[in-house]
Amino acid sequence: MSERKIRVLVAKPGLDGHDRGAKVIARALRDAGMEVIYTGLRQTPEMIAAAALQEDVDAVGVSILSGAHNTLCPRIVELLRERGMDDCLVIVGGIIPQEDIRRLKEQGVSEVFLPGTSTENIVKFLRENVGQRT
Amino acid sequence: MSETKEFSSPAEASVERWERETLEPALRKRPERKKRFETVSLEEVGRLYTPADTSDVDYERDISFPGEFPYTRGIHPTGYRGKLWTMRQFAGFGTPEETNARFKYLLEHGQTGLSVAYDLPTLMGYDADSPLSEGEVGKCGVAVSSLADMEVLFDGIPLEQVTVSQTINAPASVLLAMYLVVAEKQGADFNKISGTLQNDILKEYIAQKEWIYPIRPAMKLVVDTFEFCTRHVPKYNPISVSGYHIREAGATALQELAFTLRDGIEYVQWGVDAGLDVDEFVPRISFFFNAHNDFFEEIAKYRAARRIWSRVMRERFNAREERTLQLRFHTQTAGVSLTVQQPLNNIVRVAIQALAGVIGGTQSLHTDAYDEALALPTDQAALIALRTQQIIAEETGVPNTVDPLGGSYFVESLTKKMEDGALDYFDKIDSMGGMVEAIEKGFPQREIQESAYQYQKSVERGEQTIVGVNKYAMEGESAEVPTLVINENVRERQLARLEQAKARRDNGAVANALEKLKQAARGGDNTMPATIEAVRAYATLGEICDALRDVYGLYEEPAF
Repeated sequence: MSERKIRVLVAKPGLDGHDRGAKVIARALRDAGMEVIYTGLRQTPEMIAAAALQEDVDAVGVSILSGAHNTLCPRIVELLRERGMDDCLVIVGGIIPQEDIRRLKEQGVSEVFLPGTSTENIVKFLRENVGQRT
Repeated sequence: MSETKEFSSPAEASVERWERETLEPALRKRPERKKRFETVSLEEVGRLYTPADTSDVDYERDISFPGEFPYTRGIHPTGYRGKLWTMRQFAGFGTPEETNARFKYLLEHGQTGLSVAYDLPTLMGYDADSPLSEGEVGKCGVAVSSLADMEVLFDGIPLEQVTVSQTINAPASVLLAMYLVVAEKQGADFNKISGTLQNDILKEYIAQKEWIYPIRPAMKLVVDTFEFCTRHVPKYNPISVSGYHIREAGATALQELAFTLRDGIEYVQWGVDAGLDVDEFVPRISFFFNAHNDFFEEIAKYRAARRIWSRVMRERFNAREERTLQLRFHTQTAGVSLTVQQPLNNIVRVAIQALAGVIGGTQSLHTDAYDEALALPTDQAALIALRTQQIIAEETGVPNTVDPLGGSYFVESLTKKMEDGALDYFDKIDSMGGMVEAIEKGFPQREIQESAYQYQKSVERGEQTIVGVNKYAMEGESAEVPTLVINENVRERQLARLEQAKARRDNGAVANALEKLKQAARGGDNTMPATIEAVRAYATLGEICDALRDVYGLYEEPAF
């Protein structure tokens, strides 16, 4: 029985150049047996959604530390849905204040991971929440 | 039997005796807590340091006296007894009006210098009205698109008296020009203006990644500022060579030290190649280091930095002047060490990190606010951070004695190890052709990425402890401290001022100035005079950077 590997797009939207987290996560997900595509820096929501569709990913992991999450993350969700990627999870990691977490989740973000999160928890979250796809 | 063993020094013989007679019985009774004790950089540290560990360190040659070569014990003969370090808190958010108010608040509470944080569009050379700026205006710093914003930012702050540090890199020459024009309008004398421009583009390619142009033209812009400041603003520091961001990106203490100093060497080499005299411009090169959690490792790093720099300046560049040999640095506590969980614990972390910076002999210090893993600091959090420095300065007694840890077997041994490790890195980078070439090959970037990953794994295995995160965590606690909320209408307010500035200016003068700048850039002339003229005409930051983008092109990060 061959199980399809979980495919994840790790994305850096906006002007923020802090990519330590994105790169550590990308490597940890790869080490956990997932297929990971990293977008590189300074991607617009449009570029991220197009890459997600082209790579047929199960999840998009958005790394953002600049404070622009309220503008950029809902836009990424919206563009994925417009492209018919209804099952694609959007998870966010970065410096996100508590009140924004609630709002982002209402807008379709599946989970927000704050500094100090173990990469194992992110792996576990993806394994548990991806895979209902046919 | 072991009694016949030969020892290279009496110290080693007595250590061996102690191990046999005292240590071993003690270990049998109670084994140590861990097999391996290591620093936050995952470097192993020993149980005990003795004269045997410093046998290759000579007091006169390697440690010497404060104010004397190789400056291991500091650049001032009296340490902090003459003058305390400058308490310089980095601040900036929202509009120039809001940041101006925060600056005045900090000055009123005893802060002695200013430090400007710019927002991401400014750092990347875009105006507030660029589509790329959406969602970012005023978020992680203050928004500045033209001279009109800069005039508001420093309104009522006399630039001849207050020293200002500006954290700006890729478009640094433009922000320097804006700063100088504001000072000029205040009637300030350029010979008296002091302050610091970060302007360290190499560490952008290595770590922070806020670049605009390809590396070589970007280096040319840096050299332009060296040349201009040496001639016209002689007390201004046109660069702050920064290890801070290299460390935050995941480097070890040694990598921070080695890559930063090698960057410094690269800048000096480019200045020399451009015909500048080492003893004229190098005294105005300053440094910026991180203060992380591992107390002694950090102190050794600062002491080694001074020693290495003075030797390199003398041996590699034939520097003669004392000031050229003396490494001066700013320190900031490690943002990356702050936790979202139990955020008040961060006050304690910051205090200990700051203490390391002070014992290491820093010239100026920024202490992080406890809420910075959550958002930009509130007034109250920023005030506690400043008070932390004041407590170290005025209550602990630490600044009473110069280099209080000098001569410690442990600290001297670590300092030597740092120096040797950095020199090994220099050899590797030199063999690649220099730092520009090493960056093009992705060498420092890969080294840092690897260290970041190894550290994360070490935390997840529980080998490195983060209190409140992987140990002593509290279930269900939420990080409810008040946080600073950036006004969502910052962009609208900035757009209004930008429009107004554009409506008032002479567009013909702007076009001329931009054309002159392009000519200077194409012809390899110093770009500063033309940049200043463009700024005076209220050409915007975005327009000026676009003119240079036209000539130089854009940097594309290679995949590695």
